[in-house]
Amino acid sequence: MATITLKPFKTPELIIECNNITPDAFAGKTPAEIAELEIFEGKVREKLGDFFSVTGSSGKTAAETDILIDGDCSRVKYIGSKMTAGTITVNGNADMYVGGWMKGGKIHVKGNVDSFCGIAMEGGEIEVDGNAGNYVGCAYRGDWRGMRGGTIHIHGNAGNDIGTFMLGGTIIIDKNAFIHVSTHAEGGTVVIKGDVEGRVGGQMVKGDIYVFGNVQYMLPGFKEIDRVRKEIAGESATFRQYIGDLGERHPKSKGKEIYANLYVKASA
Amino acid sequence: MPKWITQVGCPYCGSSCDDIECLVSDDGKKILETRNACVIGNEIFHHVSSPDRPKRPRMRQPDGSMKEVTYDEAVDYTAKALIKAKKPLIYGFGSTNCEGMSAVARVAERAGAVLDNCASICHGPSFLAIFDNGYPSCTLGEVKNRADVVLFWGCNPMHAHPRHTSRYSIFPRGFFTTKGQMQRTIISIDPRETDTAKLADYHFMLNQGHDYELFDAFRTVLRGHDIPAEVAGCKREMILEAAEKMKNARFVMIFFGMGCTHTDGRNHNVDIAISLTRDLNTHTKASIMAMRGHYNIAGPGQVWSWQFGFPYCIDLSKGTRAHMNPGETSSVDLAMRDEVDCFVNVGTDAGAHWPIAAIKHVKKHPVITVDPNICMASEIADLHVPVRVVGVEEPGVVYRMDNVPIQFKKVIDGPEGVPSDEEFFDKVYTRMCELTQTEPIWVHVKEHAKASSSLEH
Repeated sequence: MATITLKPFKTPELIIECNNITPDAFAGKTPAEIAELEIFEGKVREKLGDFFSVTGSSGKTAAETDILIDGDCSRVKYIGSKMTAGTITVNGNADMYVGGWMKGGKIHVKGNVDSFCGIAMEGGEIEVDGNAGNYVGCAYRGDWRGMRGGTIHIHGNAGNDIGTFMLGGTIIIDKNAFIHVSTHAEGGTVVIKGDVEGRVGGQMVKGDIYVFGNVQYMLPGFKEIDRVRKEIAGESATFRQYIGDLGERHPKSKGKEIYANLYVKASA
Repeated sequence: MPKWITQVGCPYCGSSCDDIECLVSDDGKKILETRNACVIGNEIFHHVSSPDRPKRPRMRQPDGSMKEVTYDEAVDYTAKALIKAKKPLIYGFGSTNCEGMSAVARVAERAGAVLDNCASICHGPSFLAIFDNGYPSCTLGEVKNRADVVLFWGCNPMHAHPRHTSRYSIFPRGFFTTKGQMQRTIISIDPRETDTAKLADYHFMLNQGHDYELFDAFRTVLRGHDIPAEVAGCKREMILEAAEKMKNARFVMIFFGMGCTHTDGRNHNVDIAISLTRDLNTHTKASIMAMRGHYNIAGPGQVWSWQFGFPYCIDLSKGTRAHMNPGETSSVDLAMRDEVDCFVNVGTDAGAHWPIAAIKHVKKHPVITVDPNICMASEIADLHVPVRVVGVEEPGVVYRMDNVPIQFKKVIDGPEGVPSDEEFFDKVYTRMCELTQTEPIWVHVKEHAKASSSLEH
């Protein structure tokens, strides 16, 4: 595997939009060619080399290309968006749209990410060591087809709107989340190892949610039906199983209505 | 002899009343009296004749004072600031006509700006919900003639839309609602006992910020499932009773306001309200409507959706590829994240309505306010450009809260030499094209359209 190292040396005045920081765009290019790639600061076209020093070498294909961003990207949007293969490692924070519309490969952000991380993701893996903003693995505005595949693992906290309109894939939040988990979801799995304030599974049709901590405000459309033992995200526990959202439409299979499942860890 | 002018449109709230009558002085320059307008609307008609009103642009000087400049200088300053900025933000449009909005949109496209309107801090979340879930709405005329159960969710028209209840929603006698208020069941959902709540048959004093749970409870009940004994601080029995009332109604109307769109969950509160409306339609007829705040705040949604495909938060910095994603391209978020380097405030008062921290961020860069009046935004601006008051001194098309277009009239002449929003921004557009040596295509298009419409007549 060949590695390209980007080192930020200039903080942009506004925020830069770097749709080109992907293994797909870097593959088969020399560092000099990569430094020429187009980025935007507002309406101004600039070059990647205006903000980052580029060293190392890229692979022939995206799958053979690793990108290491050695520094803070708090003011860099769209890192790894629409990537299909290869890896990106960010030694610092990243701004919005990390791994948005991503189809494959792996992104590892060692700091925090801002909102819209993994928006409309289809495959691949995102790992964030710090916290995430709002809209982790959500759908784009107005799209009823949200995250379809892949895994997002946030080791810290996340904000609101996690997995909105989710159809597939897995989102794991190691700490707490705020409100609106899997709203409108029709599939997929969300695991929250900490607490959630509320609105878990609102308007949810199908899919699973696991909460290891406390759900402060339970939605009235969820009904407890059972206690089950489950193993998820490397942990085994006894959960109270709820079905819902009873206020929402639900498809039928073999004459029986299919509901979404919410598993809340039972206190010992 | 002073003259009464009838069927005048009121440039205040989203009800956009079009039955105002104004008594105009002999010289056609002053409004002496109004009929039918609410207390706030009345004030707007009289306010235009205020002697304190600014009549020339004022530019901030190095010592911090404001100095009068000519309109040409103001046009030049605005054009240059917009060209120089990497990502200008043009925001406002609560109080102007569609012609003005269209002119500003042409400037925004030329400037590669972000174009946003007050919906961003108001009913913007409703748009997001509408994108996600549709908008089963109707006109206010249908509400007047048909609605027999009316819900006011997180809104207080008695204060914010003073004539809404008497013209459309509670009191009027309509075609199928001949008994007026006697025939209507009013449900108010508000954590406070507002003046609208006092008029209601049912008042759900829910816990603040728990609207989503209460909507979910109504939906769950409508599908025949049980709910907990208390939801969001409201008793199950009361929820069951109100749900039964809605099911048995002939026409249920849900009006929602800031209580839904600007508490936790925002667009999701409206989203589930739309789902509830859809559910109700399996039992009876039901419809939903946003209580839009200003007389033409539905206008930018209409005009810009036609021009760019999006109603608000439109990032035009990439030329023809318009991008919209509130949270990123919404005004306050852009300001808070230091993502804009020029701010143009048109026909609204960002100084009064925005968080002070956001204003502090935009103040690092040129701030231009285009507004007829002295307001907080004009006082913090580097350039204040007064314009004519739409609906009083300037005619134009406005969209009422139910997206019905209404042609507003001119009642009196504006102060001499003061342009309309449209005239001012067309000049800015032309000046920008001069400075960048590009073809002012939209000016040609407008002239061509004018010429062909005069031929038709």
